[in-house]
Amino acid sequence: MMDGRAIRILIAKPGLDGHDRGAKVIARALRDAGFEVIYTGLRQTPDMIAEAALQEDVDVVGLSILSGAHQTLVPVIRQAMDAHELGDVPMILGGIIPEQDFEAMKVVGVKAIFGPGSSTTDIVTTIRRIVAERGEPTA
Amino acid sequence: MADLATDLLNGSRRALARALTLIENERDGAADLLSALYPHTGRAWVIGVTGAPGTGKSSLVSAMASAYRKAGKTVAIIAVDPTSPFTGGAILGDRIRMRDLSGDAGVFIRSMATRGSLGGLARTTRDAVRALDAAGFDIVLIETVGAGQSEVDIARAAQTTLVVEAPGLGDDVQAIKAGILEIADVLVVNKSDRPGADNTVRALRAMLELGHPTNHGRMVNHHGQMMGGKALTPNPSPSGRGELNTSQTGGHPQTAQEDNLQIENPPRPSMGEGDLGSEGAGGEVWLPPVIRTVATRDAKTENDGIAELLAQIDAHRTYLSDGERMRQREHERIDIELRDRLAHELMKKLLNEVSSVYYESVISQVQARTLDPHSAVHAILSAR
Repeated sequence: MMDGRAIRILIAKPGLDGHDRGAKVIARALRDAGFEVIYTGLRQTPDMIAEAALQEDVDVVGLSILSGAHQTLVPVIRQAMDAHELGDVPMILGGIIPEQDFEAMKVVGVKAIFGPGSSTTDIVTTIRRIVAERGEPTA
Repeated sequence: MADLATDLLNGSRRALARALTLIENERDGAADLLSALYPHTGRAWVIGVTGAPGTGKSSLVSAMASAYRKAGKTVAIIAVDPTSPFTGGAILGDRIRMRDLSGDAGVFIRSMATRGSLGGLARTTRDAVRALDAAGFDIVLIETVGAGQSEVDIARAAQTTLVVEAPGLGDDVQAIKAGILEIADVLVVNKSDRPGADNTVRALRAMLELGHPTNHGRMVNHHGQMMGGKALTPNPSPSGRGELNTSQTGGHPQTAQEDNLQIENPPRPSMGEGDLGSEGAGGEVWLPPVIRTVATRDAKTENDGIAELLAQIDAHRTYLSDGERMRQREHERIDIELRDRLAHELMKKLLNEVSSVYYESVISQVQARTLDPHSAVHAILSAR
């Protein structure tokens, strides 16, 4: 909780890979850290993600991608978010992301990337920092 | 804040989402925003959906929303899930069952955490409904947390309350206990393709026969239809369009599907003029119908009971809109809300006036058994 207000985060799995264990572990860890986690489940299209982020007015969007399709999916998700006037909503990425792709991901607006073995404490701290940096969004 | 209200009223979804956050966080400006929106409320029909965890509320809400969309109505959904009492966090997972609704500009789904509220809704849910109402949605569906026997706040927030049951959750003694079943305007047996559905339907009907206090403590002492003085009997079809069936042959515009449903779902609201006394205009009694549904996400079957459910909700709306009932219900609702808010504000004010040192000292005395809780309260009240 920051000044009495829980951080709201969308956890979504875009694309077709069906491995949601990681996303669920993260969702649970964030819940235990006092976040409100909107969990949308598997096989989300970029538009579904952007739409959910808009309706839920989340502070941050967390994507879990294990299929290797991040280079394709993340830019399209960013576009969809921009189209929904969510250009200022930060994204974080988890899953199997090769290090050589990190730069490309940051270019399309990914603020942090968490691979296998990331500590949940670290993830929580990083998200808190990202949300604090963004500050209170203006209406 | 005026801008946010204006944008919301002009149909901006982003403004609506922002407004809901402001309301939910009870931030400065929320009160002004709500004052600006209030004159634009009162148009949406608010439907509450409650029931035990796992009865299929989310899937049912999704199916209902799809059906309303097909009928050309816009739909907003508030899905409430519990906040952890230990960490303040929450997993809001109702959207998982509502993916069929994505990509439709006539639908708006918002998840809310209870944030410590115990009645099945969040404290700010009523105000969130107002924002959605003002934004122009025809239907607002509120899905409560998985509710047990006493989470009855929804009956105060919604105009039509659905209580969802599923086969195999309890015997007929559960059905006659006080609590959540009493608040039902419509009873839904979801997952009715599962074994035991007949028993569940039977138990609920038996409960209704024993008397249902929906109408504020008045007993319905006759099962089935209220006997009325009118020559007309209400149309036994579930179409709920309020036609009166005056002919045996039934020349009313009914689809074959509705006819099938009619055979499967004989109970219906009793709307004959009763001899039971004093409620509202005409003394008619709404007896909650029991509807069987199968709300599976991919079901494209037409016989899933959703059409009949919507028809019964419509019938309930017609019933409430008739005569004095709506006015009375609104009056009661506003009365309760004002009392709630007064209690909350008075409490805040009071605790501001009492020094925390003194308050702590009272706690210590109660803990030490030198003061009992009742006397402690009086001591605090007179210490101001």
